[in-house]
Amino acid sequence: MAIKVKFFASLREWAGQSEVMLEPEGLASVADVLKASTGERGGSDSVLCALNFETVSLSHAVKDGDEVAFFPPVTGG
Amino acid sequence: MAVVIESDSFDPWQALQRHQDSLVGGSFGATAVFVGSMRDFNQGDEVQGMTLEHYPGMTEHQLEAIAAEAAEQWPLLDTLIHHRVGDIDPAEPIVLTAVWSAHRAAAFEANRFLMEALKSRAPFWKREQLSDGEERWVEKNTPGY
Repeated sequence: MAIKVKFFASLREWAGQSEVMLEPEGLASVADVLKASTGERGGSDSVLCALNFETVSLSHAVKDGDEVAFFPPVTGG
Repeated sequence: MAVVIESDSFDPWQALQRHQDSLVGGSFGATAVFVGSMRDFNQGDEVQGMTLEHYPGMTEHQLEAIAAEAAEQWPLLDTLIHHRVGDIDPAEPIVLTAVWSAHRAAAFEANRFLMEALKSRAPFWKREQLSDGEERWVEKNTPGY
C-alpha cells in the first residue's frame, strides 16, 4: 500500500506533478504529506486539502491507503 | 437525484426535459432551474475560451452530498445537476441545476442552495484563455449574494 497524492489546477503546476505515491512511514498528517511531496512546510489559505474526497484541514491524520489531494479555491459553476 | 459530469457540449434544456419526463406528472407543482453559461468577458478582459478542470471522483461525491443536503432541508421530489468540464467556448452552457418540489418556496430555495454550495465546495477550476493570448487561472468566484 501507499498514500496517493494528487495536485490540481494551479497547485499541480506549482508542484510540477499531478500525482505521486508516498510510502506511509513517518507521515502522520496531511501537512506531513504536503511537506513530503513538495518540500513545503506550511501551506496557506490558498491551499485546500482533501482526504478520500472530503475536504479536511492540514492537521487531519492520514493512514496507509489514503488518497490526499491539494488544490486552490474552487471556481466552478 | 442525478449528477452528470459532461465532457462535451450539452443542451441543458434537453437534459431538463429528459429528466422531467422521467418523473411522475402531477407529483410536483414547482420546477426551479438555473443555467450558467460562459461569458466572453471577465475582470475587464475579453475571454476567448476556458478549460474546466475537475477532480474525478471527489467532484461527483461532493455534488451528490450537496444534493442530499438539499433533500434533507427541503421537501423535494428530485434534483438534477449537470456540469461541463474540458474546453468550453463562450456562450456554451457550463452548469444546470434543477429542483422539483410540490411548492415554489422549497424549489427556489433549494435550487439557490445547490448553486451556492456547488460554487463554494465542488472541486472545479477554470482556466481562461484571453484574446491577447494570455492564459490565467480564475482565482475566485464572484459572490452569489
